[in-house]
Amino acid sequence: MINRLTNLGRASLDWASNMGYAARFFMRLCWSAVACLRRPRLLIDQIHFLGNYSLPVILVAGLFVGAVLALLGHYTLKSFGSEQVLGVLVAQSLIRELGPVVTSLLFVGRAGTSLTAEIGLMKAGEQLSAMEMMAVDPIDRVLAPRFLAGVIAVPLLSAMFMAVGIMGGYWVGVPLIGVDDGAFWSQMQASVDLWRDVGNGLLKSFVFGIVVTFVALYVGYEADPTPEGVSRATTRTVVIGSLATLGLDFLLTAVMFTSA
Amino acid sequence: MSSDYLKLEGVRFAYRDRQIIDGVDAQFLRGKVTALMGGSGSGKTTLLRLISGQVQAQQGSVQFDGAEITGLNRNDLYAVRRKMGMLFQHGALFTDLTVFENVAFPLREHTDLSNELIRDLVLMKLESVGLRGAAQLRTAQLSGGMARRVALARSIALDPPLLLYDEPFAGLDPISLGTVAQLIRKLNDALQATTILVTHDVPESFAIADYVYLLGKGKIIAQGTPSELKATTDPYARQFLNAEHDGPVSFHYPSASAEESYGLGSNLSSNLSSNTTKKP
Repeated sequence: MINRLTNLGRASLDWASNMGYAARFFMRLCWSAVACLRRPRLLIDQIHFLGNYSLPVILVAGLFVGAVLALLGHYTLKSFGSEQVLGVLVAQSLIRELGPVVTSLLFVGRAGTSLTAEIGLMKAGEQLSAMEMMAVDPIDRVLAPRFLAGVIAVPLLSAMFMAVGIMGGYWVGVPLIGVDDGAFWSQMQASVDLWRDVGNGLLKSFVFGIVVTFVALYVGYEADPTPEGVSRATTRTVVIGSLATLGLDFLLTAVMFTSA
Repeated sequence: MSSDYLKLEGVRFAYRDRQIIDGVDAQFLRGKVTALMGGSGSGKTTLLRLISGQVQAQQGSVQFDGAEITGLNRNDLYAVRRKMGMLFQHGALFTDLTVFENVAFPLREHTDLSNELIRDLVLMKLESVGLRGAAQLRTAQLSGGMARRVALARSIALDPPLLLYDEPFAGLDPISLGTVAQLIRKLNDALQATTILVTHDVPESFAIADYVYLLGKGKIIAQGTPSELKATTDPYARQFLNAEHDGPVSFHYPSASAEESYGLGSNLSSNLSSNTTKKP
């Protein structure tokens, strides 16, 4: 019994210590991210790497998610005789929930894992130590541009996911199923609010961008410098990043939309 | 010309319960190549990490160019490191950059030189290691010896007065090994730098070093010029220098007795006797 309590206490202290360390690391990264604006070339390269290279998977996923949403939505709405609000259902679902959440999940899988593996392998290959020995801080030079690029890229990718998703929903709903074209767009226009819906959806993406990019970089930076360590770190990025996205989504939805 | 540039006094460092460096005193002179030698686990790489401030001494002092390194904050440590060039065991080249950009990296980070001047300086550094023609290659296209030479060019990019080499000969073929060894000597003489060479390669380091410290179990067990060390009678030093497989450093890692590990001992004798009595 005493041993169990001791172990529980030790685990709690370790957890608190790790959280404190991660919080300090996050503050340090934010400070360096502001400073890295003075070197836009590093930032642009990373936005290109994280954003542009993630674009194909985001666009294809968005198209299919929108299409499936229209199919299922029409099936349900038809039983109530409300097919005309299909555009509203597709747009609200994509803008409020699916756009930010699915983009964040895809970003973790596509870009987050590559960030973790890259930083972990740089550590294992002593590249980060070499940088420190050259009096160059790896947090400023390597991590901060990637962090800022992720924070910028995720909301942009999310906006594109939403736009392409709505196009997918339109393509299935109007030409294939036969919902009225004018009703699809006019109902959507009447019920989607720029700030409440689009603004909050993008704000969610911004928060997810901060969290998942930070998780990917932190886990990579703290990875054991071995093949197993990097492999484990990559898996942790996906698990922590995905769960953090879903958990935060619940909290943010509760704050943003429950009164609507 | 020869004066103390780096001095260690009573340096001790332990990792958890394990004493890695146990009261080391050493001095490294300006313009000289000093070798830190010893077997695996003797503490030589840790000593290099203490000198470069990657880890902090728990006791004693590490004085570099008149200033104490132990306890420096990050900015002061970085200021000191601008006077150091370090070659890592496997080069630690940036794999996303070309050879040219690897050597240009410290110049771009720490100077405001124009692109033309950086280009000229980088080509001169690459020329000094015989790789001007490889400037545009990717690091994946380099052999082990070439990668080590590129890393050497990068470590001298800012003409540092202190050069640190961590196992520069590890894994090299004899030709590359000889080339790297001669480069270390020539660069030291050309820059009038203080060179510290961590290695366990006896012939090559004895050929280029002015002074040698031999480490064992975290302590300096012998020191002197290469010719003085060849004449030493210390048993550990003799075992290391003559590459003898057994001596003060045992072949076997400390372990329980073989009987205990294999589950033999008293059971074995009783089993044997019972088997014997059952026989017709």
